Amino acid sequence: MKRHLLSAADLTRSDAELVLETAEELRSLADRPIKKLPALRGRTVVNLFFEDSTRTRISFEAAAKRLSADVINFSAKGSSLSKGESLKDTALTLEAMGADAVVIRHWASGAPHLLANSGWVRSSVVNAGDGTHEHPTQALLDAFTMWRHLGSLDGRRVTIVGDVLHSRVARSNALLLQTLGAEVTLVAPPTLLPVGVEGWGVETSYDLDAALPKADAVMMLRVQRERMNAAFFPSAREYSRRYGMDARRMGTLQDHALVMHPGPMIRGMEITADVADSPRSVIVEQVTNGVAVRMAVLYLLLGGSESALGGTTDVAGDAGKDRTIEGADGSATAGGAA
Amino acid sequence: MTTTYLIRNARVLGGEPTDLLLRDGIIAEIGAGLTAEGAEVIDADGLIALPGLVDLHTHLREPGREDAETVDSGTSAAALGGFTAVHAMANTDPVADTAGVVEQVWRLGREAGHCDVFPVGAVTVGLAGERLAELGAMADSAARVRVFSDDGKCVSDAVLMRRALEYVKAFDGVIAQHAQEPRLTEEAQMNEGELSGRLGLRGWPAVAEEAIIARDCLLAAHVGSRLHVCHVSTAGSVELIRWAKRNGWNVTAEACPHHLLLTDELAATYDPIYKVNPPLRSATDVEALRQGLADGTIDVVATDHAPHPHEDKDCEWQAAAFGMLGLETALSIVQQTMVDTGLLDWAGVAERMATTPAQMGRRAGHGRPIQPGAAANVVLYDPAHTHVVDPTETASLSRNTPYAGRELPGRVVATFLRGRATVLDGKLT
Repeated sequence: MKRHLLSAADLTRSDAELVLETAEELRSLADRPIKKLPALRGRTVVNLFFEDSTRTRISFEAAAKRLSADVINFSAKGSSLSKGESLKDTALTLEAMGADAVVIRHWASGAPHLLANSGWVRSSVVNAGDGTHEHPTQALLDAFTMWRHLGSLDGRRVTIVGDVLHSRVARSNALLLQTLGAEVTLVAPPTLLPVGVEGWGVETSYDLDAALPKADAVMMLRVQRERMNAAFFPSAREYSRRYGMDARRMGTLQDHALVMHPGPMIRGMEITADVADSPRSVIVEQVTNGVAVRMAVLYLLLGGSESALGGTTDVAGDAGKDRTIEGADGSATAGGAA
Repeated sequence: MTTTYLIRNARVLGGEPTDLLLRDGIIAEIGAGLTAEGAEVIDADGLIALPGLVDLHTHLREPGREDAETVDSGTSAAALGGFTAVHAMANTDPVADTAGVVEQVWRLGREAGHCDVFPVGAVTVGLAGERLAELGAMADSAARVRVFSDDGKCVSDAVLMRRALEYVKAFDGVIAQHAQEPRLTEEAQMNEGELSGRLGLRGWPAVAEEAIIARDCLLAAHVGSRLHVCHVSTAGSVELIRWAKRNGWNVTAEACPHHLLLTDELAATYDPIYKVNPPLRSATDVEALRQGLADGTIDVVATDHAPHPHEDKDCEWQAAAFGMLGLETALSIVQQTMVDTGLLDWAGVAERMATTPAQMGRRAGHGRPIQPGAAANVVLYDPAHTHVVDPTETASLSRNTPYAGRELPGRVVATFLRGRATVLDGKLT
């Protein structure tokens, strides 16, 4: 794996599969009484959030803590209009504090890229969502969720529905799912598909009903009601009628097909409550899987490339230290942090 | 009394080597084997002599943003780039929308002395696009403004644009339009295309430029006035201007060096050094601009030199300022993209970077052919030299050059403003 996770495109197929396999091992931790591993003891993970996102932040926080990392949460308010402290100064501050990984959420597309390539910090940078660009760990947890239910994603059809134009989730998923061999169909009104989407290697459709029967998984994207003020669609009601997931549409899905949503949902807009709460919906499971996937990402970026739980393993980390990682009983020591 | 210069073996417009004698502010003699008592001799072996360059589109930032550039620093950069005149854009603070401000900028230029500064007047008060600035007062001022522009903002109101085009006919003015339909480009960050979609950066579609150009060409034809289109960036715009010219309408256009060389692919770095307005476009657009400049559809090269302090570029792309430096690298970029590619000869370069822009600005003292009796505005240029751009070497107060680390051809060896050397041996005098 590369040193940073900025885009789903940074992951080769074997990288992505390693994350999924590692996440599967780590997920078993959730069922154990002691949900903690010493793998990142002595390491510091900073959650640097320039944009509000409670669920992503607590997911990363839980992931880092379960690996025994020290976690610093840094909320830097500000926007393109009300500039606060600059990204550069914030980054230099974090560097001075000795962060090993910076998990960054930012309103500006490319901010994680800037942080990783500017020379301001030496730590690994994990993109936790940047503007309308990407959200690679969301794509990993979505792929992980599908993988657990469907097995290999080779040849599987995934339909992503909604505001693709403004969705970082859609971009990362389109990249990662194709890396993993799936066929992706983006369904949206023409106004909410980006110019040039034909170059993404995906299918596109304006017709949700036509796309559903062949889907193995359907991912509903959040759609902000305010979009109608910019004439992306006429009204929330019309949007729901044409692109919302309701019980009738759910009935046209194959029996094994999953219904997914990255959250936060707007019930009644892109998805009805009965669909969201139905047995087909894996929306809550996505949250659980999110912690496991983020543990895997942090572990692989900071720790090593070998099995996270598989007994005693020597792992050469990025810091050049040999690390020893043992089972979940808490008895292990990490060589680099002793 | 200025120094007399005897320039030996210069190739005027790339022609056969000859000697030039610059005396008393004019080109006194041209010919082989000239002699002159007491003259300072400059060996111009291998150097090309061009008329002093004239930039139609320069941001000098003074008054208001003296942290980014001053008239003195900006015109120093201009002289080093081979320019003997620049047109200073109106988007200063306060805006150059009154006779007072344009006279101040004009006077600062005279005091600095590196090149002539011809202020551009704002079309509308405060660049707000609501009512006309006192265009006549600026035209009648000591600065004798002839070019008017709200550059940075588009005169998007069709009625206001029509009136401005009509009004400046009274004093032979021209409206230089920054063609950008504002609603189509709200918060736009880069060229709209596949890459903007992938990068998640708001797109600036070509149609937003082309729609305004089409409208303005029709307006200029309708009222019989002069229109100049700033920083043309798309293949479609070139086609529209070609169409307007074919119809015999009085429309001129400029292209910027960066649009002749760089493409939108650079945005994938998320490095805002490449953020500019209008944005870098596709390779197809670059090729169309080069062809348009070669065939005369695009009349001039203008730099859109836009200095910004470091902190306005050392940040997130979305938060960064638009614009890049251009004065010191313009001739090198034109050599690389137009001359070395065989699209333009040196006479063509002189026409597009000196003669035509001077005519469009109605500046009779500039852009004259290199002939005895003409004002001695001359640049000596070494096309065989190559150099790697080092941003710290600029005379500008800012460092936002997109060419840092790039190897570029050519070097301005000397610049003469009315017979006085402003640059000698590549350095300010």
